[in-house]
Amino acid sequence: MLQTCGENWGIKGVIMAIRNILSKSSDWLRGEGPHHQIVVSSRVRLARNLSGAPFPGWAKKAERTQILERIRPRVEELPEMADAFSFACQDLSALEKQVLVERHLISREHAAKGPGSAVVMNKRQTLSIMINEEDHLRMQAIRSGLQLRAAFKALNKVDSELEQKVDFAFDPVLGYLTACPSNVGTGMRASAMLHVPALVLSEQINQVIQAVNKIGLAVRGLYGEGTEALGNLFQISNQITLGEREEEIIERLQKVILQIIDHEQNARQTLLQQRSNTLLDSIGRSYGTLRHAYSMGSKEALNLLSLAKLGCDLGFYSEEQQHAVDELFMETQPAHLQKGSPKKLATEERDTLRADIIRRKLAEFQPPDVAGVMARVQVVPQKTGEETAPAEGTEPSGESSEGAL
Amino acid sequence: MLCDVCKTETASVFLTQIVDGKMQKVNMCEGCSKAKGVADPTGFALADLLLGMGAAQQLERTTPEGKRCPQCGFTQSEFKKTGRLGCSVCYGTFSEGLEPMLKGMHKGLKHTGKCPERLQRTQARDNALRELHADLRHAVVSERYEDAASLRDKIKALEFEA
Repeated sequence: MLQTCGENWGIKGVIMAIRNILSKSSDWLRGEGPHHQIVVSSRVRLARNLSGAPFPGWAKKAERTQILERIRPRVEELPEMADAFSFACQDLSALEKQVLVERHLISREHAAKGPGSAVVMNKRQTLSIMINEEDHLRMQAIRSGLQLRAAFKALNKVDSELEQKVDFAFDPVLGYLTACPSNVGTGMRASAMLHVPALVLSEQINQVIQAVNKIGLAVRGLYGEGTEALGNLFQISNQITLGEREEEIIERLQKVILQIIDHEQNARQTLLQQRSNTLLDSIGRSYGTLRHAYSMGSKEALNLLSLAKLGCDLGFYSEEQQHAVDELFMETQPAHLQKGSPKKLATEERDTLRADIIRRKLAEFQPPDVAGVMARVQVVPQKTGEETAPAEGTEPSGESSEGAL
Repeated sequence: MLCDVCKTETASVFLTQIVDGKMQKVNMCEGCSKAKGVADPTGFALADLLLGMGAAQQLERTTPEGKRCPQCGFTQSEFKKTGRLGCSVCYGTFSEGLEPMLKGMHKGLKHTGKCPERLQRTQARDNALRELHADLRHAVVSERYEDAASLRDKIKALEFEA
């Protein structure tokens, strides 16, 4: 049954519903799907606006409320939202919104919104619809692994269903009209979160980013626009929304991602064969620190967990251990740590708690099976002087461009 | 080095940013940088940061001073502040300035993707009606009155549907 939490639903209901959702981890975090070792998740979002109504950023408060009241019931009655949670932004605490941001269910911008905005999401947390973000509707579907086509298909269906009931701002020439001209046309942003530690370790990542930028795709850090690339995680997405069909955009992105996967796999093999000492040192140190630290910041945690994940992919750790590592990526995020604690934690307290959680979760974690992995590797002595110099250039944390969501 | 904005004073503020993988440099004198609010990033033309240098100026140049969107009252100076438009009608209001901007950031100026089903139906009906009207004129001119009567019925039926 749909759980609507609004002004007349009572704050108790809101707390219960949000607890319910926060206690479950998102389906897309399961570490499944095609190419899941390198592609953490695939996301597609569509921006839509009601025809004739001012965009949320320009609308007056009363107009925004009116728009919300018009759209929200239409979103809630979607068959895909039969088991959904629906929250008005002002009913969520800053911490709850931050948890939703960490799960990529709402954008950082939406987390800052108060009255007149809402979010509706399904129980599995694979579909979320923000109302009155930058556009009247920002709908997104998220899947684990490389599943851009599946994510688009699901979202396109939702869009078509809504289109039967509400009149979207559409121009025969310019397509779907959005608040920002950078989204006009399809209103679609497709993106994938890639985990590419070997490209970073072998200093090839800047070359990859430059190449990807050249063909009109954007590369960003973990939380989209203007964020740092932590934990060797990068988001790659389309920039162009006008002049290309949705399917074309997705195919182009898919092709590029498959190429990056190949590069990353090659870089992993090269590290094993030619720079095994560097690789073993990184993996060994991350193991030691994760197992034995008593204070750890979120950046350090992400970077060390990334190396543990790489260790899992390369066979240094058993498959069961992989799941624990995947879960820690989310559980050690600041808001996720705070939500499990009854009192407000200071930064140092959070760092201590983070280290505790990691130590506890990895208590049974066996040391990396170096002998086992290296026995399978054909070690090639490193050739000197033939290595390509790392490219200097753009930093991965893009200062440029519009929102990823 | 002269200021890129006023072209008279010596530049002392150097702004570098990466847009679409391309490095863009803007050099400004102290006065212009203050006027543009560079020292205070929130006051700086956000449209420029978001859409590439020159986006806001482009709209400014092609739009008569004080022009407002008839639907929502939005002005180009608002666009300069936020990089966002006021409503869907703004695309028509400010089309002259928007066109080159869209050209620069997208692939062409024509949407080729999804079209709302409702609109598709309307378009199909409009096309059918246009054809029927043409046929009707021909039928009348060539005195095929029976055909004309049946065409008129078809037109009525379609118009009733609409």
